[in-house]
Amino acid sequence: MEIEQLEKVASQVRRDIVRMVHGCQSGHPGGSLGCTELLVALYFERMKLKENDGKVVFDMDGKDEDLFFLSNGHISPVWYSVLARKGYFPVSELATFRKLDSRLQGHPTTHEHLEGIRIASGSLGQGLSVALGAATAKKLNNDKGTVYVLMGDGEQQEGQVWEAATFAPHHQVDNLVAFIDLNGQQIDGPTVKVMNNRDLGAKYEAFGWEVINIEEGNDMAAVVKGLYEAKGRLGHGRPIMVLLHTGMGYGVDFMMGSHKWHGVAPNDEQLAAALAQLDETLGDY
Amino acid sequence: MKKYTFTEKKDTRSGFGAGMHVLGQQNPNVVALCADLVGSLKLEPFIKENPERFIQCGISEANMIGVSAGLTIGGKIPFATTFANFATGRVYDQIRQSVAYSGKNVKICASHAGLTLGEDGATHQILEDIGMMKMLPGMTVINPCDYNQTKAATIALAEHEGPAYLRFGRPVIPVFTDPDQKFEIGKAWTVNEGTDVSIFATGHMVWEAIQAGEILEAEGINAEIINIHTIKPLDEEAILKSVEKTGCVVTAEEHNRIGGLGDSVAQVLVKNKLVPQEYVAVNDSFGESGTPAQLLEKYGLDAKHIVEAAKRAIARK
Repeated sequence: MEIEQLEKVASQVRRDIVRMVHGCQSGHPGGSLGCTELLVALYFERMKLKENDGKVVFDMDGKDEDLFFLSNGHISPVWYSVLARKGYFPVSELATFRKLDSRLQGHPTTHEHLEGIRIASGSLGQGLSVALGAATAKKLNNDKGTVYVLMGDGEQQEGQVWEAATFAPHHQVDNLVAFIDLNGQQIDGPTVKVMNNRDLGAKYEAFGWEVINIEEGNDMAAVVKGLYEAKGRLGHGRPIMVLLHTGMGYGVDFMMGSHKWHGVAPNDEQLAAALAQLDETLGDY
Repeated sequence: MKKYTFTEKKDTRSGFGAGMHVLGQQNPNVVALCADLVGSLKLEPFIKENPERFIQCGISEANMIGVSAGLTIGGKIPFATTFANFATGRVYDQIRQSVAYSGKNVKICASHAGLTLGEDGATHQILEDIGMMKMLPGMTVINPCDYNQTKAATIALAEHEGPAYLRFGRPVIPVFTDPDQKFEIGKAWTVNEGTDVSIFATGHMVWEAIQAGEILEAEGINAEIINIHTIKPLDEEAILKSVEKTGCVVTAEEHNRIGGLGDSVAQVLVKNKLVPQEYVAVNDSFGESGTPAQLLEKYGLDAKHIVEAAKRAIARK
């Protein structure tokens, strides 16, 4: 897909995010807006997905296709929107986000059988391990698909992440691309103040990973280029870590760069102000 | 009372290893994972024949549970193995989110459960694992009684779809069940029919219950002994049928009195038929170092204590 088209999808996804969070007055807009380019680029450009008659189809095992796992499950709005816009389930269902009887739980779950979701996430630190298991299963199955997983930068404070970081190079899991969303914010404030992770790139390199930076994580062309670069480095015995530099709340000026919009919903006025900055490109749900 | 004898003693964990060996040959989707305890889990025969289907995770149990959950997404059947303490309490949240809530076909296989781990002491003797695992929605909880039954349960688990917890021990104990048995998950096994008291036992305590039954018989008391190898789903029908006959109950488990088999049975009784129940279990305490036999005696879990509990239950009828 052309960059311009991807940007149109991203604009609509951002509208979905703020409307979903506004609709239930609950959820996490900041990180969702920051990761919009990545998820749009993955699902609409980079990942090989299972299709039938031009429509995506979902099965849990995901054999012979690429898989995506969201470890920082609280940014579910961006994932739900991208999945719906890609055709996994009706876009109208986005209106049920975080409401009673919805398949769109606050944090993603398999429990509601929502197409596209293969594991529950929300309690942080578990996604990289799961992705490593799925990538290992692909190797055992002689399946050439790639496994992608996104984590938050605050999430790097969880110990399990470093268990997984040790495992991946040891077992040469080289069909996996992991991303860390480096937006520098977590609930209680800037990550450097809450618990300074320090040089994550050097840490992963020391653990035996190949590390790539996408410095402009909210520039669609840069993200797509970075994804192709990551893909090109697979298959050489080392897992790939992409440090994705994003802005929290990107695309909505009053949400940008602040941890205050980590888990806060906009009111009616704020919603209107946000939507005024985001073009409706594919039609609102 | 039906006579049970044995010609040899073996550990239940070796039954697990033997079951894994069979699965390695029978089921190409079975994958074994371990956190630096291959020898303790008796995985050597499986690894020797299927090195590509063994994943050494090192001392990182949380990651092992996550990797196991991920393997199911490719259609694999992971058996994640370590000591019971590290297989449950240490990774409860990982099991809860990535396995149970996600409905993943992961088999958590735990050795060295209960007091009979012995000399290593309380840090390694988990007495709360049955409770933690049975509280997770959708989790199957199995605690077999001897080598043969553990082997059969291991093999049966590969055919069972869904998350499961298999619990076994370290000490060598009598092997008294059929080597070619079929293991039915959720179906209790009546070891001995009786009329005076129902003894519902699980794991290593089944043999103690058999010993207790013989002592009781010598005193003219006819005990019904039922092996509740599957704590969840619980065979309520077998429990109620037995209680209809006997009118009183002893539950016996190598676990905390709170939250284990005894409480599961009590819940069935309180809803359906109120009869006296006595618990043979650890009385809400941690264990300590000692030999398995010393610990079973000190913490009130041996045959002698089952006999006393049975008499108390009968007296309360």
